[in-house]
Parts: sequence; structure tokens; C-alpha cells
Amino acid sequence: MQEASAPQAQQGHHGPPEGFIRKYVFSLDHKVIGKQYYGLALVAVFIGMTLSWLMRYHLIYPNGKIFGLELLSKVGAPGGVMTPEYYLSLMTMHGTLMVFFVLTNAPFAAFGNYFLPIQIGAEDMAFPRFNMMSFWVTLVAFLVLVTAFFIPDGPPISGWTAYAPLSAVGTDAGPGLGWGQNLWGLSIAIFCVGSLLGSLNFIATTLDLRAKGMTLMRMPLCTWAWFITACISLLAFAVLLPACLLLVLDRMAGTSFFIPAGLVVSDRLQAHAGGSPLLWQHLFWFFGHPEVYIAILPAMGIVSHILINSIRRPLLSAKVIIYSMMSIGFLSYMVWGHHMFVSGMNPFSSLMFSFPTLTITIPATVMTLIWLGSLYGARIRFTSASLFALGFISMFVSGGVSGFFLAQPSIDIYLHATYFVVGHFHMVMGVAAIFGVFAGTYFWFPKMTGRMMSEGLGKVHFWFTFIGTYCIFMPFHYLGLAGNVRRYSSFVDDFLLPLMPVHRFITIAALITGAAQFIFLYNLIHSRFRGKVAPVNPWEATSLEWTIPSPPPWNNFGDRHPVVYHDPHQYGVKGSLGDYVMQDSPEKIENES
Amino acid sequence: MTTDGKATAAAMNRSSAEEAAKSGIWVGIAAITMTFAAFTSAIIVREGTDTSWHHMTLPGVLYLNTLVLIASSITLELSRRPVAARISRREAAGQEGSRSGLLWLLVTLGLGLMFLAGQYAAWRELASQGLFLATNPSSSFFYVLTAVHGVHLLGGLAALGYLAGKLSMAGARLRRSTAEATSIYWHFMGGLWIYLLLVMRTRL
Ligand code: HEM
Ligand SMILES: [Cu+2]
Repeated sequence: MQEASAPQAQQGHHGPPEGFIRKYVFSLDHKVIGKQYYGLALVAVFIGMTLSWLMRYHLIYPNGKIFGLELLSKVGAPGGVMTPEYYLSLMTMHGTLMVFFVLTNAPFAAFGNYFLPIQIGAEDMAFPRFNMMSFWVTLVAFLVLVTAFFIPDGPPISGWTAYAPLSAVGTDAGPGLGWGQNLWGLSIAIFCVGSLLGSLNFIATTLDLRAKGMTLMRMPLCTWAWFITACISLLAFAVLLPACLLLVLDRMAGTSFFIPAGLVVSDRLQAHAGGSPLLWQHLFWFFGHPEVYIAILPAMGIVSHILINSIRRPLLSAKVIIYSMMSIGFLSYMVWGHHMFVSGMNPFSSLMFSFPTLTITIPATVMTLIWLGSLYGARIRFTSASLFALGFISMFVSGGVSGFFLAQPSIDIYLHATYFVVGHFHMVMGVAAIFGVFAGTYFWFPKMTGRMMSEGLGKVHFWFTFIGTYCIFMPFHYLGLAGNVRRYSSFVDDFLLPLMPVHRFITIAALITGAAQFIFLYNLIHSRFRGKVAPVNPWEATSLEWTIPSPPPWNNFGDRHPVVYHDPHQYGVKGSLGDYVMQDSPEKIENES
Repeated sequence: MTTDGKATAAAMNRSSAEEAAKSGIWVGIAAITMTFAAFTSAIIVREGTDTSWHHMTLPGVLYLNTLVLIASSITLELSRRPVAARISRREAAGQEGSRSGLLWLLVTLGLGLMFLAGQYAAWRELASQGLFLATNPSSSFFYVLTAVHGVHLLGGLAALGYLAGKLSMAGARLRRSTAEATSIYWHFMGGLWIYLLLVMRTRL
């Protein structure tokens, strides 16, 4: 199937790895780096989930003791009972871990690293050394962040958005805003560096290392998604980095970029003069909105990739999916102000941000319609992967619809500080992206480890997670409409008490859904060692990763030089293998576009 | 994008690695541009909300530094041809090239160091006027912008040093793309500095 090698022998970027350290620790191999990112995200997600359990428990038992919590923080949980401030500390860590170390790392850095080079027929990333650095830098960022748990003052209480001026003035503003907030700022700044290195690699690799015949339009949809995400991420983290730098300077060097004149906090006049708290919000959300697409685009790509494979026919239009992703990437830079409708910015600016926000729903809707339209009348193969892909669409739609409401300043002013927003972003970003990661895991695990995961356990995991997340996050919308404020550690006001039964229901659902994730963890670990041995192409898929052994050798294609003849959407055609033709198969296909 | 052209090129790893170094440097430049765009908008927003914005007079040595940096771009261009010739001859026959490439490269490196020393002198000058990082918004931005630019310039100096090191070793393999990427980056640093000088001159 492969053409004889090109005249010049392919020179590797690096030779086969030797020794334990080069193989598994400081590896230059994009596949090992991808797995390292995945492992880091897995650790982060379980910490994040445990934090969410603690918060949910506290919300329904504000005076309840939590066994062992005192060991973590004497000040934050005297006698095992969480203080309101410590609730906010845990909330900050939950949000930061989830957004940065899970939703940015898993769908983009982990799977992208592992599969982007293989799917374009390359031997490795363009700059393997930068690639290795990007992971280790990210790991340092993670360690710096979790150190905040162990300092006396605890983690910051300012949330994942760290709004100035309170995040900038120091301990006067509350616990955790001393060294805790310093660590947060440094961690995120370091994280930015890692992400920038990673994105640079993704872009250069996609542009320059594609195999012969792999035109841009023949790249699988997930490769496209990773590529576009890398472009977004490059420009977004390049803005968050200076923002964090200025924040850290305000805190540690006495500058006043974000601290206004005459600010009194805890009865003390702050010694700074003349900064702008809105500036932080602008810089943060200029990064923050693109960041939500950094989390979701890879999932969209992964889901499209898997969906085509399980319905065994092309999507209505792969091209339109690509163009939609591009326009989402482009528009995502013009909408950041919709997070600031209540910030006191000029109402006219609110209007100017409302229009592009409503416009960005168009490409998102177009993609959804393409997925649904392609499903119409399809005979779908129900695997764990395809179930999670379908679940993704469901979550994305259910969570995305509330975005239409929030996009209008007049409605958002009412809903902004409520659980409605929490429901919106957990469904559309949190859960949807995680569903993309689950789909990707069930789909690619055989390739990554050489073993199959248990389909039975996978389906049980899916149903628990799918129903569970709806039980948790749908009621959030209702709570928000009823006026339930967010970022409160307990609901003791008269107007909130009648909502407590809903909160109890949510907490129970959260505990059960969380517990169901251990089914996944068990499946992951058990299958890694005991799973059925995986064939080269278990899902009868078309893209290049399915042409090489499971798991692939260090240089992916061995001495071969893959040559590509088709796009990856050749399902439902007559080929020598059955109903599909692989990308590197020289077979002629009638009516190929 | 010329997809087919690029795809065929990618079949030969040699040339695609060359390409990758160059697109890598452009991608990096895009990110750095974005960072300084963020700083610029921060200055504008920060100035807009301030009722008592203190303007400052930039230290005169900055203009000298600017000339030094421009000169370094010129000397880098002078090194370009001999270095390129040296690289292609290496690849063909493995004979020694002329030393002038290396010489101009070292001059560039020296001018770069001189620029950084000049920047440091500017800091000293401000400090002697009692203007420190936290004194007022203008001085804060001045120190931040010059420092962040300086750090990026250090990266360029490291690359120049690497090139010079490779050139001075007799049998060392040097990629044309490394040389080109370095020079693109260095010129960009010069352009960026001129932009920053204008911003600081008009805003701070
Ligand atoms: C259908 C298109 C969407 C629209 C019109 C939309 C609109 C909005 C608006 C107006 C807000 C601000 C609400 C407020 O704070 O008062 C918001 C918040 C948010 N959205 Fe969306 N959104 C959309 C899709 C998404 C997607 C796809 C994601 C993630 C993948 C996402 C993630 C978030 C997050 C994380 C927040 C809240 C951040 C915070 O305050 O902590 N949204 N959305
Ligand atoms: Cu947004």
C-alpha cells in the first residue's frame, strides 16, 4: 500500500529513545507527551471532582463536619466544618483546575499531541524539545497551584476569574489573598508559557509536516479542530500572560495597574493610586472567551471524527464544519464583553458585544444541524465512543440554548450572578468537553495502549454520566431563574430556603454521578493490563492512525512514508475492505469529490 | 495556502524541517505581537481611567540604543550572505568558508549586548530621578515594557550566540533555516523596539 520511500532517506528528528528516563519521563515522543498530559488531566479532574463533592455537601449541610478536612486546613475547616471563606477557596481551586488543567489539557494537549502528528502522517511534532518543555512547564504550573492547599492561608478566594481589585490588594481582602493568590498568578503565568509552546508546535507541525497527498482539506476533522484551537490558544494565552504579569506586579511590587485610587478594603485605605479594575476584566475575558472555545473545539472535532465512523457515511458537509470552526475561532475574539454586562462598562459597549455574541451562535447552530442532519436515518453503531459523541451533542445544545438568553444584556443583568450562568457553562463547556474526552478515550484507547476497553462498563458509565449530569445541571437553570445567587457558601436567606430541596437533589445526583466515574477509572486501569488485545483497526476507520500497529512504534510509521489518496470521510463506498476506504489506500473511488 | 505545494514539500523531511523552523518563528512572532498589543491596550485603558496621569521624559540614552539596535540589524544583514554561502558550501563539499560571516555575526552580538547595557543605563537614570517600578503608572509601564522586550531580546542573543558557535566550529552542521529564523527574529526585535519607543514617547 505504501509507496517506496522518497529519494532522501527520512531523517528522524530524534533517534529511538533509550533508557527509562528518555522513554517515559523526559520523553521527546509526542505520544508519550500526550499520555503525560492525559495523566495530568486525570489527576486534576479527580481532585477537582472531590472539591465539588465537598462544596455540594457543604451547601446542603452548612454546619456539617467533613471527616479529615481539618487536616488539610485548620483555619479553613476548624473542627472539620468549612468556613464560608474556605468554601470560596475550594471553589477557586475547583474552577482553576478544571478550566486550565482539565478542559485545556485533555481534549487539546493530550489527544492533540498523541494523534495530530499521526493523523497527518508525520513522525513527530515539528519541535520535539519544545513539546517536552511544554508538558514539564505545565506540570510545574500544576504543582505551584496545588501548593496553595498546603500554605497556612490556603488557596485564594477570588474564583477562577480572579477579579481585581480584590485579587490585587493582598491579605486585606480576605484569606488566601496573600501567598495563595501569588501562587495562583504565578501558576497561570507558567501555564501560559506551556500552552504557547504547545500551540506553536501544533501550528508548525500541521503546516509543514503533512505527508505526501495530505492536503489541508484531507485532514480529519479533529486535526482541523486541534489546528484551529492552537491558533486561538496562541493568541489568547499571549494576552493572559501579560495580564498575570501585571497582576503579580500589583501584588508583589506595589504597582497599581488594577487598583483604583482611594480604595478602602477592610477599613484600610490601600496605598495604591489610579489603577483600573475593569482593565483586568478586559484582559482576562479577552483570553477567557476564546478559552471556552479552546475547551470545546477539540471536543467538536473529536465528536465529528467519531460520528462519521459510527454512522458509516460522510457528514452532510465536512467542509462546512471546518468553515464553522474557523468562524467560531475568529468571532471568539469579538465577544468577550458579554461577560462584563454588569461590570459598569458603558451600556453602549454592552450592545456592541451583544451583536457578535448572537452572531457566534450561527456557526455553532450550523454545526449542530449538520450533526443532527447526518444522523437522520443513519444506522448508527452504538459503541461507548459513539454514545458519548451523541451525549456531547445533547449537552452542547442543552447548555448552548441558555447562551442565547445570556447574550442579551437586559436579561443577563438579572441572571449574571446566579446559578443560571453556572448551569450554562457547566453544560456547554464543562460536561460537553468532558464528553468529548470520554468519547475520544473509548475510541482511541485501543490505539494508545494496544488493548480494548470494556464496552459493557463503558455503556454503564455513559448512562450514569449522561442522566446524572442532566440531573445536576438542568436544575441549576431553574435555581438561577428563581434568583439563587452564585458563589455563596450556604443559602440561609428566606427567599432561598424554599429552593433547598432542589439543592439536596442536586447534591445527591452529584455524589452518584461522581461515584460513577470510578467505573471509568477502573475500566481504564483494568483494560490497560487485562483488556482484550486490540487489532490495528478495531472500528474499521479510515484515518492514518488506524494504519499503524496498536500501540504505534516510537517513530509511528516505521520506515514507511505514508502517502494519502483520499479524505477521511470515505465511508459507505465500496472498497476492498468493506464499506470504507482508508486514506492511504490507492484504490479509485467513483464520484470522489 | 498552497496546499499541494506544501504537501509535496512535506514528503521530504529535510525541506519540511526547514519550513517548520520558519513557520515556527512567524508563529512565535504572532504571539509576541499579541502580547505587546495587550500591553498597548492596557496603557490606553489605564490612561483613560486615570485623572492624574504623570507623563515622563524618556531617558535620552534610549535614542542612542535605538541607533545601536538598527545598526545591529544592518550588520546581521551583512553577515547573511557569507553565512549562507558557508552553509551551502559545507553541504556540498565540506570546505571552509570565509570568516567574514562569523565576524559580522559577532559584531551583531556585541551591538545587541550594547543595546541591553544601554537599556540598563536608562533604568539607572530613571532610578536616580527617583522613578522606580511602583512610582507612578508611567514608570511602571516603562519598566515592564523595556524588561519584557529585553527578555525577548535575550532569546535572540542566545540564538545569535548559537549560530556563531556553530560557525566557529570546523565540522559543525548548521541548518540554513536556523540562520534565517534567527535573522527574522532579530529584525522583528528591532521593529518591535521602535514601535515601543513610539508608544512610550507618545503615551507615557
Ligand atoms: C451558543 C453560544 C453561546 C452564547 C451566546 C454564550 C453566551 C454567554 C454569556 C452572555 C455569558 C455571560 C453570562 C454572565 O456571566 O452573566 C456566558 C458565560 C459563560 N459561557 Fe457562554 N455562551 C455560548 C456558548 C458557550 C460555550 C460553547 C462555552 C464553552 C465551551 C461557554 C462557556 C461559558 C462560560 C465558562 C461562562 C461563564 C464564565 C464565568 O462567569 O465564570 N459558552 N456565555
Ligand atoms: Cu463568553
